[in-house]
Amino acid sequence: MDYFAQQLINGLVLGSIYGLIAIGYTMVYGIVGMINFAHGDIFMIGGFIALITFLILVSLGLTAVPVILLVVLLVAMAITALYGWTVERIAYRPLRHSFRLAPMLSAIGMSFVLMNYSQVAQGARVKPIPPLITGGHTLHESADGFVVQLSNVQILVVVTTIVLLSIFTWLVSHTRLGRDMRACEQDQTMAALLGVDVDRTISMTFVIGAALAAVAGLMYLLYYGLVDFFMGFVAGIKAFTAAVLGGIGSLPGAMLGGLAIGLIETFWSAYFSVEYKDVAAFSILIVVLIFMPTGLLGRPEVEKV
Amino acid sequence: MKSLKLIGLAFGASIALSSAAFAQDVTIAVAGPMTGGESAFGRQMKNGAEMAVADLNAAGGVNGKKLALDVEDDACDPKQARSVAEKIAGAKIPFVAGHYCSSSSIPASEAYADGNVLQITPASTNPLFTERKLWNVARVCGRDDQQGLIAAQFIAKNFKGKNIAILNDKTTYGKGLADETKKALNKAGVTEKMNESYNKGDKDFNAIVSRLKRDNIDLVFVGGYHQEAGLILRQMRDQGLKTVLMAGDAMNDKEFASITGPAAEGTLFTFGPDPRNKPTAKAIVEKFKAKNIDPEGYTLYTYAAMQVWTQAVAKAKTTDPKKVMETIKGGEWDTVLGKLSFDAKGDIKVIDYVVYKWDAKGNYAEINPKGS
Repeated sequence: MDYFAQQLINGLVLGSIYGLIAIGYTMVYGIVGMINFAHGDIFMIGGFIALITFLILVSLGLTAVPVILLVVLLVAMAITALYGWTVERIAYRPLRHSFRLAPMLSAIGMSFVLMNYSQVAQGARVKPIPPLITGGHTLHESADGFVVQLSNVQILVVVTTIVLLSIFTWLVSHTRLGRDMRACEQDQTMAALLGVDVDRTISMTFVIGAALAAVAGLMYLLYYGLVDFFMGFVAGIKAFTAAVLGGIGSLPGAMLGGLAIGLIETFWSAYFSVEYKDVAAFSILIVVLIFMPTGLLGRPEVEKV
Repeated sequence: MKSLKLIGLAFGASIALSSAAFAQDVTIAVAGPMTGGESAFGRQMKNGAEMAVADLNAAGGVNGKKLALDVEDDACDPKQARSVAEKIAGAKIPFVAGHYCSSSSIPASEAYADGNVLQITPASTNPLFTERKLWNVARVCGRDDQQGLIAAQFIAKNFKGKNIAILNDKTTYGKGLADETKKALNKAGVTEKMNESYNKGDKDFNAIVSRLKRDNIDLVFVGGYHQEAGLILRQMRDQGLKTVLMAGDAMNDKEFASITGPAAEGTLFTFGPDPRNKPTAKAIVEKFKAKNIDPEGYTLYTYAAMQVWTQAVAKAKTTDPKKVMETIKGGEWDTVLGKLSFDAKGDIKVIDYVVYKWDAKGNYAEINPKGS
């Protein structure tokens, strides 16, 4: 039981990070119907900006960890959001009325550009940081000496995810921007006729997605202690899978999908073999899609006439 | 747009560099992971090769010609290694010092054999590299069957009756080393409690760490590269495990400690006796230090590979790879690592692995296995 609890913690934390990235995929798909393959690399950029900000703050002599974290979080979100906006402006907006696959190809190209840009600008090596948040809590110790450990970083990752998810769910359901986004999702032409600035709304979607990816990048940096220029690829694929599993286009679905992928990987590694954890995750994806083609929480696409 | 300009600039620069290299007399190559997770070791090789070429040229080059260096990147990827090998063979480069990852060196060696290129690896320890009876391969480092034996002896002696786990990353190097260690351990009467593999490139090892915790593992032997080993160690400490981590020669770069932080303390690995402490290396180590480079790990091995080739070329009076290889296997060579001689397969004749230990300050030093 204790072993199960420990693995549950591991899975939830991993799933939270996947979920944070998956939200970016799902939001963009929901509104413009394209898969933003550059999103994984936006996440990577977020990690790098967090690292650079962190190093600048430390070299300025700042030592208070909560202050550092807050500043790093805000700076990383702001600059990464700018990247998200720029990518949309350069690579997707000019292709908005082109054929359906064009923006997707453009996204794949953008992914390579961002990856190579970081490699040239930041070097090809892995960039580690020393453990910033240390320590943890012993939740339970069983008779045979197995200790269930919950580290402070893990708490931070999960709490941040929950808080941000609540904020963005509220944003989408209760604000003017959220209403515009939902309107664009339903029918862009109609939304434009009713006075919604479609271009601006789509830009904001990319900005929000990128900001969340930056948070994921920071959490990744804190949790694993390193970033590198190719980390966006694998994380992006996993998060994309999570978005599809949860039902692409659905916000809670992306989070649920992320958690599901994280838990499947962890429990498969825990009780079966570590080497086939990705096989397990993708097999379950296939099974789910056979029986629920729109994913766990997705709605079937309605053909608009 | 800035990124595009940078890429253009880098592209232009690389063309300029390679054309400059071909204008020289004899071009030789160093190939290794200059990018990616293993790039710390690619940098070691590049540093060693650059210094060796500068020194050899200062001493008059080889057969009256100057040497030029071509640096190639395989990113520790077998496919890329193979295409690098074909490129080097196509450029009629007679000698390559490389690669780092065994999974790169082995497929590349076949392309080198077909393309008439002599290959000396400074770092690939998988036995298969020299076991396939290719005419063109040699190595200046040891082999994993020797390394695994030393690791197993150390474990059997110092962790008698404790719980041992063996992990490997499924790469040629990692799995090879883990298998050799397991074989030697079982022979010594120690049976591991857990034997698992993970994927190279993974970042999250928490599930595997919890398994180690459940099985009360005292020592985990990792057949794999430093980045994953560092993450495993860090996540073990985060989950409150005191388990000792032991690994192979892929651990000998300070980057390991920068990934783990102070958690590196007590981590063990096997490697040849520190080449920096050899009397033959003293002057060269000083030169590296003057350039603010720590010639750790495989830096001096790469330097030695270049020395062996140059001396053999001077003796054979030709750069023809087949004749040079015959000369290499027939002679004894004065290198920065001391005197080296090779057997018919291309392995060096005297190899002695020792065990190293990391301290909390991020340094490593040889330990005396008999004393602890």
